[in-house]
Amino acid sequence: MTDTRTLTPPATATASAGLSIRDAVMELGDGDTRVRALDGVSLDVAPGEFVAIVGPSGSGKSSLLAVAGALATPDSGQVSIHGQDLGQLSRARRADFRLHTIGFVFQSGNLIPALTAADQLRLVNKLAGGPRSFDPTELLAAVGMAGKAKNRPGQLSGGERQRVGIARALVTRPSVLLVDEPTAALDRARSHEVVGLLAEQSREFGVATVMVTHDHGVLEHCDRVLEMTDGRLTASV
Amino acid sequence: MFLALRELTFARGRFGLMGAVVALIAVLMVMLSGLSSGLVNDGVSGLKSLPVTAFAFDEGTKTDNAFSRSVVDSDQLSTWSTQPGIAEATLLGVSLVNATATDGTQVDLSLFGVETDSFLAPAPAEGDGLASPNGIVVSPTAQAEGIELGTTLTLDQLGTELVVVGFTDGQATFGHVDVAYLPLATWQLISSGLAQPGPPTAEQLDAVPTDTASVIALQAADGASLDLKAGDAAAATTTSTLTEAFNASPGYEAETLTLSMIQVFLYAICALVVGAFFTVWTIQRKHEIAVLRAIGASTRYLLRDGLVQAALLLVTFTALGLAAGLGLGSAMPEAMPFALEASPILTAATLTVGLGLVGAAVAIVRISRIDPLDALGGNR
Repeated sequence: MTDTRTLTPPATATASAGLSIRDAVMELGDGDTRVRALDGVSLDVAPGEFVAIVGPSGSGKSSLLAVAGALATPDSGQVSIHGQDLGQLSRARRADFRLHTIGFVFQSGNLIPALTAADQLRLVNKLAGGPRSFDPTELLAAVGMAGKAKNRPGQLSGGERQRVGIARALVTRPSVLLVDEPTAALDRARSHEVVGLLAEQSREFGVATVMVTHDHGVLEHCDRVLEMTDGRLTASV
Repeated sequence: MFLALRELTFARGRFGLMGAVVALIAVLMVMLSGLSSGLVNDGVSGLKSLPVTAFAFDEGTKTDNAFSRSVVDSDQLSTWSTQPGIAEATLLGVSLVNATATDGTQVDLSLFGVETDSFLAPAPAEGDGLASPNGIVVSPTAQAEGIELGTTLTLDQLGTELVVVGFTDGQATFGHVDVAYLPLATWQLISSGLAQPGPPTAEQLDAVPTDTASVIALQAADGASLDLKAGDAAAATTTSTLTEAFNASPGYEAETLTLSMIQVFLYAICALVVGAFFTVWTIQRKHEIAVLRAIGASTRYLLRDGLVQAALLLVTFTALGLAAGLGLGSAMPEAMPFALEASPILTAATLTVGLGLVGAAVAIVRISRIDPLDALGGNR
């Protein structure tokens, strides 16, 4: 496995060190059902910054995450992470880039059912060709899950799963953290805990975090809140 | 292997069920293989043990039961003897008879009439070789029926008396009947129907007008390949190689074809069942695989992990099935033709694992078509 970290320029204090999206346009569907999911979206997120994107279903939030996460390529426009233009990466290199440079936190954690909390982290470390001496305890402790390292997802509550999911996303020390509806399955108190943890870890790890959410109750933890409507991004009022 | 192993223990119920099916298939494979080898031994071990390259049957003999149907004479033999590449050629008489031992035990015998000084003459492991006109050398499997050295066997109807003088080295049966070697002249006397009750005498033997036997046994010179067609044309015979000639033994083709067909079906079932299991398993893991791909796991890693998982399952449970099959096989009743031989069992095990892997691979390839985008959103 190649180590893409050596291919990216060293971290600097410029905006390009985090996530940068320029005039991204993406259309989905065919013929009559064709929708402009992203209609000229530009977004810059600096390392350590925690940005929330709110908006109704179908407004293009997921498309923005897909484009920012190198899961989809915009029809036009440019996406760069840590100075690397994603458009210049081949399919296989994109997977490798995601592995090393992007962290994902999915709805309800999306953990692997067969793996214990510690093994979830170990798997990512193995995939990324990380050090053999990798010890998941430290990261699990950072998200308050040190005591449940040996539990499988089935033995964890929704909030706990999400915490493990956050730890898993941070294993490779990514430049960008993309968070998809982290509170969808959580009650108010847990939602605050999880999003608070995300904000804390974003700052701690100096990672540019973008969170897509429906939940207006948790926005107080974010540095910036943007609103997505019909594929356009505007500052929230 | 990291994920593969943990999934195997996590979903041990499901994998255990699948493994049980694989193990049972392996048990069945061992049983069929043992039965197959046993039947082959029972059917043609008498032929297999002969140092023969090919058998020449009389021209146009129907292949089924050709040994007892064919009649060749000494003219055909002398023609074959002069063919290029032939080291040895001799007459072999084959017939099935019923006989009764002095204690009343009834036995069936495949009489193999051979020239006592020819290359077909049996080298006995016990007792003496062929010499006197009434001496026979019998397969040691006949001992199970109480036949010993010195036992006198009286042929039914004819009343000819033959004495067991030796036992062959290893099982020699033909058409599921024990082989009894005897001098060709005695065989000709018996098959001509002129034999009188009591031991065959020199006068009786001299009186036999025929010089025929069933087939000509041919042995090629070292490294020489025989031109069977030219020999057949010259001697008016139809020649089969030793293995081809197995089919001319009673019931051989029907038995082996039936068992082979069952085995082929089992292999197909194995591949399909394993394929179906891994198809369902992969579909169940679809979302999980989408997540792994979104995180950045390479397709190669996921495919390899899936295949390793299938291989572990197949190898482990085939081995268990083999062990169980071997245990069961050694407990088979004596009367059942059953022989456990390493090479067919290993072939069966390899094919079970191999074809199972093919089935699994077809299912696991699905992984490469799972879209990492499915990891986003709540659509499970």
